[in-house]
Parts: sequence; C-alpha cells; structure tokens
Amino acid sequence: MSTENDYLDGNTLAGPLAELFAVDLTVAEGKCVSCGRNGPIADLRVYGPEPGLVARCPGCEEVILRLVRTPDAAWLDLRGVVALRVPLP
Amino acid sequence: MRPLPWRAAKLVEIRQETRTARTLAFAVPGWPGHLAGQHVDVRLTAPDGYSTQRSYSLAAPEDGDRVELTVELVADGEVSPYLTEVLEVGDLVELRGPVGGWFVWRPESARPVLLVAGGSGLVPLMAMIRARRRSAGLAPFHLVYSIREPAQRLYPAELDRPDPGLRVDYLYTRATPGGYGRPPGRITRADLLTADPDADCFVCGPTGFVEAAADHLIALGHDAARIRTERFGPTGG
Amino acid sequence: MAIVSRGFQGRRREESVKLPPGQYLTYDFPVLSAGPTPRIPLDRWEFAIDTEAGQTHRWTWPELMALPAEQPTVDLHCVTKWSKLATHWRGVSLDVLMADVETTAEYALVYSYGGYTTNLPLEDLLDGKAWIAYAFEGEELEPQHGGPARLLVPHLYLWKSAKWVRGIRLLHEDWPGFWETAGYHDYGDPWREQRYQGD
Ligand SMILES: Cc1cc2nc3c(=O)[nH]c(=O)nc-3n(C[C@H](O)[C@H](O)[C@H](O)COP(=O)(O)OP(=O)(O)OC[C@H]3O[C@@H](n4cnc5c(N)ncnc54)[C@H](O)[C@@H]3O)c2cc1C
Ligand SMILES: [Zn+2]
Repeated sequence: MSTENDYLDGNTLAGPLAELFAVDLTVAEGKCVSCGRNGPIADLRVYGPEPGLVARCPGCEEVILRLVRTPDAAWLDLRGVVALRVPLP
Repeated sequence: MRPLPWRAAKLVEIRQETRTARTLAFAVPGWPGHLAGQHVDVRLTAPDGYSTQRSYSLAAPEDGDRVELTVELVADGEVSPYLTEVLEVGDLVELRGPVGGWFVWRPESARPVLLVAGGSGLVPLMAMIRARRRSAGLAPFHLVYSIREPAQRLYPAELDRPDPGLRVDYLYTRATPGGYGRPPGRITRADLLTADPDADCFVCGPTGFVEAAADHLIALGHDAARIRTERFGPTGG
Repeated sequence: MAIVSRGFQGRRREESVKLPPGQYLTYDFPVLSAGPTPRIPLDRWEFAIDTEAGQTHRWTWPELMALPAEQPTVDLHCVTKWSKLATHWRGVSLDVLMADVETTAEYALVYSYGGYTTNLPLEDLLDGKAWIAYAFEGEELEPQHGGPARLLVPHLYLWKSAKWVRGIRLLHEDWPGFWETAGYHDYGDPWREQRYQGD
C-alpha cells in the first residue's frame, strides 16, 4: 500500500460538508494560519476518511480542517484557517 | 432536515466500456441537475447494516433524472468490483450529490482548456467534453489522456469521432498501437509542451499521476492558480 | 433507514467471540493516515519523558537499543472496527523508561514526530501494559506502521498507540489529543466500546 500518495483533494470534502452546510464550502477560500498561503478548501490535501477526514495545507502540511462523523454528530475543526470567504452569488 | 439527502438510485442501463470498466446509468427521482466535473458519493449497505461509501464522478452532462457514472475495476477493491461485476439493472444504491463546485467547467467559458487524464481520471473530463459539444461551445479543448494500453481507452469511438475544436493526444504507459510515434512510458514534461500555456487546466487521475502532471505543468510555466486537480486515490502499488 | 443494495457484502467480515463488540477480524494490517508519513533518521531520533515539574528524561536511539527489550504478543483493536490477533512486537516496556522518573502526575499526553498527540491515564502505560515498540513480526518497524518506534498500548483502541512516538508529557490534568479533541473517546476501551465522546 502506498504511503506517500494516499491523500485526496479538498474536493472530496464536498459530500461530507454538504451534510452540515447548504452552501458548497469547498469553493470557499481562506488563509493558512501557519504559513499564510491563500486558497480554496478544494485545494487542500485530504487524508482519511477514517478515523476522520484531515485536510492539510499544500504549502506547509499543517492541519487546516478536521471532520469526524460519529453515529449521532459531526465534529468540525477549522483550526488552521484564518477566515473563510464563502462566495454567495 | 439535512441540506443534501441520500437519494435512492435505480440502475437502468449498463454499458461495458472496456474489459474492466463499465458505465452505469441510474434513474434518480428528484435529481437537481449538475455541472460537468462534479461528483457524487455512492453509499452501499449490506443486509447486516454494514455500509461504506466512495466518490464517483458524473460522466455525462445533466439529463433530467438520469445520472451516469463510469467505474473502473480496482482489483481487491471493496466497492468497484461490486459496481462493475455484481450490480444489475433494477438494483438500488444510494447517491448523495451533486457535490464539488471547484473542479467544474462551465459552458459559458470561452477560455482554452487543457484536460489531463490518467486512467479513469478521464471520467469527469469526459463530462466536460460532452458538455462542450452539447453547448456547441467555442472554447478550444485539448485532452492529454494517459492509459496503460490501447484496450484500456474509455469511450474510444466517441473520442475518435471528429469534434471540432477538440484535440486528443494519447499517452500509453505499457503498450502502444503499432507504429505509434511515442514510446510507452509515464507522462513527461515533453508530453505537455504543446499545450496552450494560458489554458485552464483540469488534471484528474490516480494521486501519483496528478502529482506528476501538475508538477510538469508548473515547470512549463502554467499558473498554479489555473490548475485544478482531482485525485482519485493511490494507484494500488 | 438506509437502502440495502442487493448482493453487496463489503469486505469479508468475520465476527468472533474473542473480539470486542462491533469488531471484525482482519489478517492484513491496514494503514490509516492523518498526514504524511514522517521519516526520522535514527541519528536524529530521540524519545523524551517530560514531567509535570519540568524535568526531561531523554533517550537516543542507541540508548533505547541498550535497554532490556520484551517481546509481547498482543491483539490490536482499531476504532475503525478491524481487529488483528496475536501480533508479535519487540520493544522497551514503559516500566523500564519510567523507573527513574519522579512524578505524581495522573495523565499522559503522548506526542509524535509529525505533530500527532493522544492522551491516556498514566497508569495505563505502567505495569506491563505499554511499550515503545521498534520491531514488528521480526522485522524493523516500517515507517507506515509508525517506525522507527511507536507506542504500543494494546488494551486501548489503536489510535492510542501513537506512531512515530517522540515523547510523553506527564500532566495533572487529562489533556485531549488529536482525535480526542475531534469526537473520539478520552479513554478508548474496546471492550466497553468507548469509540466516541459520551460512549
Ligand atoms: C472525487 C473522486 C471521484 C472519483 N471518480 C471516480 C470515477 O469516476 N470512476 C472510478 O472508477 N473511480 C473514481 N474514484 C475512485 C473511487 O472513489 C474509488 O476509490 C475506487 O473505485 C476504488 O474503490 P474500491 O472500494 O474498489 O477500492 P478500495 O477497497 O477502496 O481499495 C482497494 C485497494 O485499491 C487501492 N486503490 C484505492 N483507490 C484506487 C484507485 N482509484 N485506483 C487504483 N487503486 C486504488 C487501495 O490502495 C487499496 O489497496 C473517484 C475518487 C474521488 C475521490
Ligand atoms: Zn500552510
């Protein structure tokens, strides 16, 4: 099993996040708390899905977002992003 | 109450595309429509309640309640062998979608487009090619499609048919058709040399392939902000 | 209620009386990752225990190798529901590493190369229940499974057995780690099926 290439793009968070939000958060852009890189959620590197989805900055590999689905709740951690700009056309 | 529900999807048609890939057309009542490049999550549930889900790209542009996926068999996989070998017309799965608003092409765009596909990574890019054709779009499209050998080509007849404004280059990694100019091998910078440096790039396929192709594009001077990627997962070793 | 897909079984799931509730048996060794796999050269590797009083005890790789090793055979239970029985390890018992450490702390926060953390009561690391393991099935521990060395606390769900372990901080209070701050249980006993907060 590969270990270096086992991440996906932030695009794949679209389904799991759609369980929580009515807007598509993967097109929202934000700044990485750790290195200042700007970009959309869709561009993050996503590890998981189990035990939880972990999205990291492609610039510095720090954790931007985590999403854990338990049987009766979703835990969402957006620790690594300064603010998200959500387009609302 | 959830923003996006799981919907029942009934298989209505199967098209065998290659020995290991098939297109599945589902009827999904209440389907809200979608953009080329978006995907769905497919959920399968066993009689004992065990369930698992995977993402699959939408292979065709919006068409009422009809949703098409093309699935490539991953040997030893959990879900793709079921979808490519077991599922029959009339069977039910659950779909959540469409999702993903980033990796999409909109027919109103006239900008040149470069599509770089590795294996089944062609699927969402084919939805873009089909959407362009349907809208009689003017945007020039250039597809660079890497597969192991000729028999692995998805949608060969459709891609061989003339489609003005669409250019298709094949890269074979193991075996080429007789007399093919390029020797078999993985994608290199040279394979992307003739691509419009100003194009909107969509790169899709196994994670390692996407990594390599995106690196080549950046080395060739493409603007990282105009490269959109969709990684399908590891290549399985 | 989910719709059942005709003929779908999923990966073969074997249930057995020997397994904790909700677990099934697996024979391979699945790799779950939350980030890139750290690569730590042995000449720069170190393991530390930091006490609540601010003292740090450190071991280099040769120092760890010089300590008496044990060869535990243990069952592994992952919170993602697979269990793997009778796995063979080689490593240094935490009892050995803690022998000269003065502490009245009740909790431990384990931290790893790559930034991972996990918490557990200190007593769960003592009395022959935990090891710093560096060999698996007779081979040096591969990076994807946590090499050069990982914590092994097999009586708790496997996410407590931190891969790429770098140190243990001793604390008076329980300090939730990486998964524990995102919904997973602070203790994680597989036999009581403590998967998530509130279980
Ligand atoms: C956004 C998105 C869109 C996708 N769209 C499509 C699509 O249109 N068509 C399609 O066929 N697939 C698509 N995939 C891949 C798909 O989601 C599954 O990963 C794939 O079908 C394998 O699932 P499985 O359950 O059969 O294999 P698993 O049981 O998940 O994996 C079995 C083994 O195969 C390896 N493996 C996992 N994924 C792949 C892969 N993609 N290629 C080779 N080896 C792999 C694993 O490392 C593992 O060793 C998409 C993935 C994403 C994230
Ligand atoms: Zn960063």
